[in-house]
Amino acid sequence: MAGMTVIVRTIARLLFPFTFLFGAYIVLHGHLTPGGGFPGGVIIAASVVMLFLAYGIERAQKRVGFLHAEVLESVGGLAIVVLGLFGILLGITFLQNVFPLGTLGQLFSAGNLPLLYLGVGTKVAAGLILIFYAMLFAFRGGEE
Amino acid sequence: MSLELLIQNALLVFLFVLCLIAIELKDLLYSVIVLAGASITLAVIFFMLQAPDIAITQAAVGAGVMTVLFVIAISRTRRQE
Repeated sequence: MAGMTVIVRTIARLLFPFTFLFGAYIVLHGHLTPGGGFPGGVIIAASVVMLFLAYGIERAQKRVGFLHAEVLESVGGLAIVVLGLFGILLGITFLQNVFPLGTLGQLFSAGNLPLLYLGVGTKVAAGLILIFYAMLFAFRGGEE
Repeated sequence: MSLELLIQNALLVFLFVLCLIAIELKDLLYSVIVLAGASITLAVIFFMLQAPDIAITQAAVGAGVMTVLFVIAISRTRRQE
């Protein structure tokens, strides 16, 4: 898939940091405000995919390759499983909270929920980029 | 009928009209863009029903990722119905 015109490229390049920052905000404040791991990860993936569509798939693949996305998705899944096993080892059940709770309303509070949201956000963002790649390459393989 | 209920019913009618337009259009790219507009309308309705969590998810998935995936699928197949 080739890139688009210079207007689309400039708008995408200027809009990318703000969209990425909004997604990171929704992931990091998942335990305080509406949102959480899944919507924030979707917004991060949408910002990266917007950059891909503007600049063409060949240039994008050098920056964020198939292997990068696959490794990031596995790291996100591993973070969720390791947090759950912490609960089994030190607490009672899977995903039992073992960290200090802190005060309500502050950023560093709510035990293991922010870490869990970070894992879910990483997994969702990398997984949606992987779906994007898979659709492009699956249809390309069908044409040849 | 209060103003909030009136706006909500108007948004529901607008959503229905947008979905009908998306079905009836013959150019599939226009149909996908109208469907993204319907998704944003549904997100506003969710927000008025005091479910901001669902509204954020609906706006991000419906208008962002779903539109991109439909556009890729159209670019790999035919554009006209």
